[in-house]
Amino acid sequence: MKRPEKIEDSKLFKSTTDSLAEVREFVNERAAAFGFGDREVSEITLAIDEACTNVIKHAYKGNPDTEFEVRVLASGTEFQVVVRDWGTGFNPEEVPVPDLKDKIKKHKAGGLGIFLMRKLMDTVEYQGRDASNEVRLIRYLRNEQKS
Amino acid sequence: MNEFKVLTRDSGNAVIVELHGFLDAHTAPELEKTFTDLLSRGKYKIVVNFNSLNYISSAGLGVFMAYIDEVRNNHGDIKLASMQQKVFNVFDLLGFPFLYEIYKSQDEALNKFNSI
Repeated sequence: MKRPEKIEDSKLFKSTTDSLAEVREFVNERAAAFGFGDREVSEITLAIDEACTNVIKHAYKGNPDTEFEVRVLASGTEFQVVVRDWGTGFNPEEVPVPDLKDKIKKHKAGGLGIFLMRKLMDTVEYQGRDASNEVRLIRYLRNEQKS
Repeated sequence: MNEFKVLTRDSGNAVIVELHGFLDAHTAPELEKTFTDLLSRGKYKIVVNFNSLNYISSAGLGVFMAYIDEVRNNHGDIKLASMQQKVFNVFDLLGFPFLYEIYKSQDEALNKFNSI
């Protein structure tokens, strides 16, 4: 099957953790269609899950009556996903690289998600926009698997 | 809908915790409940079998971090076993192999407890 030159798609999700399975399905299908292999698809899907988990837990502080948007914009070799919320923004630059030993001592896993996102994607950028916050995650398709 | 299931059973002086499906921020509280229950019953020798776990995110990893101190303070351990490669990769990225014992098979992990 020929992979699409371009993918532009977006979807709104309810701000509850049971949306995460739907988010993963949405991203998984599009990353696979764009030409990524199984491992890359899993990694991208995990990074977006982490971004959305942060939105649900931190930006919306667990309030289930809100929504967030996941937008896929892919063209050329660039697969870009933008997660947008209208909650409380936070500055991920202030989240330190986690020290696992220290986190175990404090019984806290916070910060692991941001660390994973950065490890799994080529670019992770945060931006406040009017009343919303966006996290833009980009992964490039290497050794293009065009058929 | 991605399902998640936890099954526990005793094996010698240890407990096997078998994970099925998808472990994320939505399903992690169920695993927390299992650990809280095991610890309240004084079960500190725990082998987690990941064979049927298809997915894990940091919320799932956080559960193992939350209980390891209390378990080790009580002369036990949480040993991890039978991970699919994609699940192991996530543990590996976060440096878990330096702090947790991860075995290829459940039996290997159980033997470590039984030989003590």
